[in-house]
Amino acid sequence: MTGFTETGNGAVPQVKTVLDFKDQLGTLRARSGIARNQYKLNPGLYCVGSPTPESPVLVTANYKLSFDALRKELTDLAVWILVIDTRGINVWCAAGKGTFSANEIALQVQRAGLEKIVSHRELILPQFAASGVAAYQLKKKCGFKAIFGPLRAKDIPQFLQNSNKADEKMRTVTFSFSERLVLVPVEIVLVWKFFVLITVISFAISGIGQEIYSLQTMLTRGLVAGGATFSAIFAGALLMPILLPWLPGRQFWFKGAVVGAFSGLAYVLTIMTGAGIVEKAGIWFWIVAASSYMAMNFTGATPFTSLSGVEKEMRKGLPAQLICTIAGLCLWITAPFLG
Amino acid sequence: MKDFRYIDGAAILTLNKEACIGCGMCVTVCPHRIFALQDKKAKIVDLNACMECGACATNCPTEAIFVNPDNGCGCASMIINSWISKVRGKQVNVCSC
Repeated sequence: MTGFTETGNGAVPQVKTVLDFKDQLGTLRARSGIARNQYKLNPGLYCVGSPTPESPVLVTANYKLSFDALRKELTDLAVWILVIDTRGINVWCAAGKGTFSANEIALQVQRAGLEKIVSHRELILPQFAASGVAAYQLKKKCGFKAIFGPLRAKDIPQFLQNSNKADEKMRTVTFSFSERLVLVPVEIVLVWKFFVLITVISFAISGIGQEIYSLQTMLTRGLVAGGATFSAIFAGALLMPILLPWLPGRQFWFKGAVVGAFSGLAYVLTIMTGAGIVEKAGIWFWIVAASSYMAMNFTGATPFTSLSGVEKEMRKGLPAQLICTIAGLCLWITAPFLG
Repeated sequence: MKDFRYIDGAAILTLNKEACIGCGMCVTVCPHRIFALQDKKAKIVDLNACMECGACATNCPTEAIFVNPDNGCGCASMIINSWISKVRGKQVNVCSC
């Protein structure tokens, strides 16, 4: 915050368009999944620069990451920013859940006394809000007309310059290399509890052998199994998103299985050089299964998978993953009795 | 998004041409550019690119568009979580976004 702008309805906080160290740190924490669910700001009216009653009003969510992504693109502009309460969820997800709605916008318009602050009756909404906001209803609810702005905040200056017109490119969603890469840490952090649980279980079953149970084998074999789970997560949650457009097939479970097959091969050929073929096969099946599962879960992070499509692929993916897991488990447990 | 195609024939999206008044809102809001205006009516030009986000249906003033109304995004972990919550019989936050 840099100060206040006086208006026809009291003072409105003015925010910077440059993110400072604390903002960057917050972005890092949210992106890594550490403090992602509590990264909010207070709903209400803010501004950048020194807007007048004629200045445009941009609407956004009260997820701090969304707010920061917006304001850092507004350098040298003078605009109002109406932050609505989406419970700290980003614009698109909140629109999908129904919290970024015409009702909520109307409520915040009223609370901010917007009609006393601006002379026009227009709100610029992110295009991503369209799943949750019916533009034709907003006018009835608060007297303000909804205009859908571009998808990405970085296009806002040009959108405003073109008298509120967005071209095709501004309206088309993308999923570039960097857009995929920033999503990886959260995917990994979300599964760490399962990773710990599975590693404990795999240590426990790795000790079973001809001597009934051996702590020595538990440690050596458990480490191999734990490493395999780790490399499966690496394959399914990092390699798969990076390689997404070049992997064969359309379905994510299949793409993940392909990456897992290669990663599994690399793992058994480099880490398990002294092991027998049955043991190697067991680990390979497990890496394929776990990588496929991780990749399937990445559907939720992409901007192009439909719910119907995901349901369809899960009907094939889950049984395939289950069969591979059981095969891997059987091979891993029987291996010590064969040698 | 021509680089990214998902499963063909999966998405549920229909357009009732009779009810369409050609306002063009669906053309504006679709993040995958599925609609076009032709002879003052909307037309689906790329059905398989649909991700069922629902923006078009929400913004259609005459309810001429139908999209899979099962709320939520196309997300495997959300589907699994909702199964788990059904089995356990209690409401949990099924979405992690």
